[in-house]
Amino acid sequence: MFNIPVQAQSNEDCLMCHEDNELRGEQNGRNISLYVNESRFSGSVHSELECTDCHQDIDAEELPHREVFQVVDCSMCHDAVGEDYNISLHGQAYNRGDPLAPLCKDCHGYHYILPVADKNSNVAALKIPYLCGKCHKEGAPLQLQRNIPQDKILENYSLSIHGARLFKKGLTVSATCVSCHSDHKILPHTDPRSTIARQNIANTCSACHSEIESVHRKIIKGELWEKEAHILPACVDCHRPHEIRKLFYSQGMADEDCLRCHEDPTIKSKEDGRALFVDYTVKQNSIHKNIACSQCHSEVNASKLRPCSSITQKVDCSACHSEIGEEYLTSTHGILSTEKDANAPVCKGCHGTHNVLGKTDPNSPTFSLNIPSLCATCHREGEQAAVRYTGSEKDIVKHYTESIHGKGLLKSGLTVTATCTDCHTAHHELPHNSIESTINKKNIAVTCGKCHHGIQEAFEHSVHSPLITNTDKDLPVCNNCHSAHTIKRADSEGFKLEIMQQCGRCHEKIAETYFDTYHGKVSQLGYTKTAKCYDCHGAHDILPVVNPKSHLSHNNIVETCKKCHSGAHRQFAGYFTHATHHDPQKYPILFWTFWGMTGLLVGTFFIAGLHTLLWLPRSLQWKKELKRRLKSIDNPPDTDNESTKKEVDE
Amino acid sequence: MNNKVRNQQEFQRFTRLNRILHILMIISFLTLALTGMSLKFSYTGWAVILSHFFGGFESAGYLHRFAAVIMIGVFFTHLFDVVRLKRKEFGSWKNLLFGYNSMLFNKNDLKEFIGSIKWFIGRSERPEYGRWTYWEKFDYFAVFWGMLVIGSTGLTLWFPEFFTRFAPGWFINVATIIHSDEALLATGFIFTVHFFNTHLRPEKFPMDIVIFSGRIPLEEFKLDRPDEYKKLTESGELEKHLVEPYPPIVIRAIKIFGWTALIIGLSMVLWIIYAMIFVYR
Repeated sequence: MFNIPVQAQSNEDCLMCHEDNELRGEQNGRNISLYVNESRFSGSVHSELECTDCHQDIDAEELPHREVFQVVDCSMCHDAVGEDYNISLHGQAYNRGDPLAPLCKDCHGYHYILPVADKNSNVAALKIPYLCGKCHKEGAPLQLQRNIPQDKILENYSLSIHGARLFKKGLTVSATCVSCHSDHKILPHTDPRSTIARQNIANTCSACHSEIESVHRKIIKGELWEKEAHILPACVDCHRPHEIRKLFYSQGMADEDCLRCHEDPTIKSKEDGRALFVDYTVKQNSIHKNIACSQCHSEVNASKLRPCSSITQKVDCSACHSEIGEEYLTSTHGILSTEKDANAPVCKGCHGTHNVLGKTDPNSPTFSLNIPSLCATCHREGEQAAVRYTGSEKDIVKHYTESIHGKGLLKSGLTVTATCTDCHTAHHELPHNSIESTINKKNIAVTCGKCHHGIQEAFEHSVHSPLITNTDKDLPVCNNCHSAHTIKRADSEGFKLEIMQQCGRCHEKIAETYFDTYHGKVSQLGYTKTAKCYDCHGAHDILPVVNPKSHLSHNNIVETCKKCHSGAHRQFAGYFTHATHHDPQKYPILFWTFWGMTGLLVGTFFIAGLHTLLWLPRSLQWKKELKRRLKSIDNPPDTDNESTKKEVDE
Repeated sequence: MNNKVRNQQEFQRFTRLNRILHILMIISFLTLALTGMSLKFSYTGWAVILSHFFGGFESAGYLHRFAAVIMIGVFFTHLFDVVRLKRKEFGSWKNLLFGYNSMLFNKNDLKEFIGSIKWFIGRSERPEYGRWTYWEKFDYFAVFWGMLVIGSTGLTLWFPEFFTRFAPGWFINVATIIHSDEALLATGFIFTVHFFNTHLRPEKFPMDIVIFSGRIPLEEFKLDRPDEYKKLTESGELEKHLVEPYPPIVIRAIKIFGWTALIIGLSMVLWIIYAMIFVYR
């Protein structure tokens, strides 16, 4: 194009022509500038190089040189990088002749390449998203014309925790595109060599998050990171690739692959013939709608023709729900399941499989209203759990349904009412004699206190609380008085009458003497509006009488009596509520009154009885005598009778 | 008046008021006994059933107090009647209290008592009993005593807040024992001794309806109370006391009522004996 003869091969020789900022030429039919800015070039990483070191096809003998020359091959020096590029998606595309394939210079530029650490470099951390975004942004030709499985990559990235750190905080160590996809060896996640391949992703992420396994224990058990990495979900299973927040990865790319086979309603297992059909809409309506098939069926291997052929284990829910999994394993259900007991319920027994719903969903079997019938499937009388149970609680389901909790839940629809799991826990149920059980004697107050907290507080300050009373005897807890499954309203007649027997189980003497008094006798007749144990002593806040806070302390007793006897006063409160006339030491007055009365009674009956007994034979005699005498008066003649009759008739 | 007429006539032994009061007494006493015993023996099955029969403890309690008021009314009506009798028939307290018709015990009662015992053991003839026998007087004063003891303690239990203003709190406990044991004595006595003395003893068996009808066949009266008969014929006052018998329908009504009371009373004796022997505590 310019026929200016140049003798030398030095940069000055080249610049003789190329320092002209109006020098232009044709390349691939396009008119391009051929200007080289010397000062900018001398600031670049390649300033020490001669032009011809890169433009090797230029023949110094014939100047001006050929108008069209070969693309500079950077791999002449950067051979390792070149190799990476060649196997990368980008390189493969270039080699295929894809016009959209990026070359070295598309990212790095050419004459004025700056060191990566230089913030003005094209490939400086802050610029990378823009650089990659040139092609990968939404609406770019590449994104439109090529099969890129992710969308909104840049937008999502910039909102992600990585993007936000980079753009908002200027943190240049934050992950950019190349941190995960690598700089030159960019490969799809299905390629096992890729940095984002399933098996490599943990390594990729832990390049920055190097201690993640020691701080990520809540979700994934520590030892599994090493031992059973293959069953663990990959980072991206939970953290969506370009949306890394504490967000779960929505809709894995593998689902369609799985469905290719499993959406066929007739598909059956070759081994045991069980149906393998998956109704995807059911799964998509479940709480796991954002979880991909492969996250649960974690052993799939995408590189296999049938990715699920590598699956050897059943779905382990505890891979994600690890705390719950641990709880479950120590529960009776879990222990039985570890022992391979056929009756042991596993996760899916209660929660279902693809149709799992959250416990807040009314259609879920674990929704509070449905829990009693869920547990009843095994614990109803005659069912598998009920038949092996040897404890004292019978007809649990029936009793629960009739109890105040059951009525509250099932009749009143109160979802806050206690169901099975509220007392027994959902995943850590244990028999009452296990010290860890929520229904163990030691823990039951806390368990009930979850809802009845005020009562728990009162109870813990009462004489029945182990925190207050130190004794070897068994102290009562909630269920001793209220029962477990037959809990009644405390203001129901039945409860009021039963409670006295409950107190009497331990307080034998005092209950017996109570029944000797008016209050006791009246309640024995089924009358509830009379003083029962708790009316005077308090229910949950029972304290010894000597305690000034007791309802029966000197200062409080009159008020306590006044609850029923509005006219009560100090002297009235002197009534012996537990008096017995059988104790001459404690109640001499009553004892002697009783025996005085009894003496009177016995004496009277003795004398009167003797009198009667003596009288009886004489009386029999006298009866005959009377008959005889009355006859002799009536008898004289029959006429006498007739005349009397006449007189009466007249 | 000739003999034949007199044979048909009956001797009036009780006034109308006496009879009404006794009927009211029976009704209130049985009510008090049934409701009260259901509480006293609340630990027995029959007591619970009985209590339910009265509509539960609460209404049994109301019935008990209602019957108590009636009985107190009977008591005071009788006292007024005594005062009225003094004015109209006896003229003076002396005549009323120490005369032949007095309810008070006197020398003659002691004589008759000793005579009765002698008769019982076969040492003498049947004493010639008069207007009131000593056992009738005993029954009469037993009621006075019972009214006093059971009534006063009953009121204490009815109004404990009021009574404990004067008495200590434990007096309520004492009152409970006295009330209930004295009631046991009263019911026991009435349903056994009184029943025997007046109704069940062979010559009266199965019942003596004189307290309801007020009248007794003259011949029977003559033999049962020879002394009174003698006194009345001597003074010529017998005619004043002779009345026509009641028609059979009245007698039948009386017998139905009497039988009912008798059966209730005797059943209660059985219940109490059962409770005392088998489930006492």
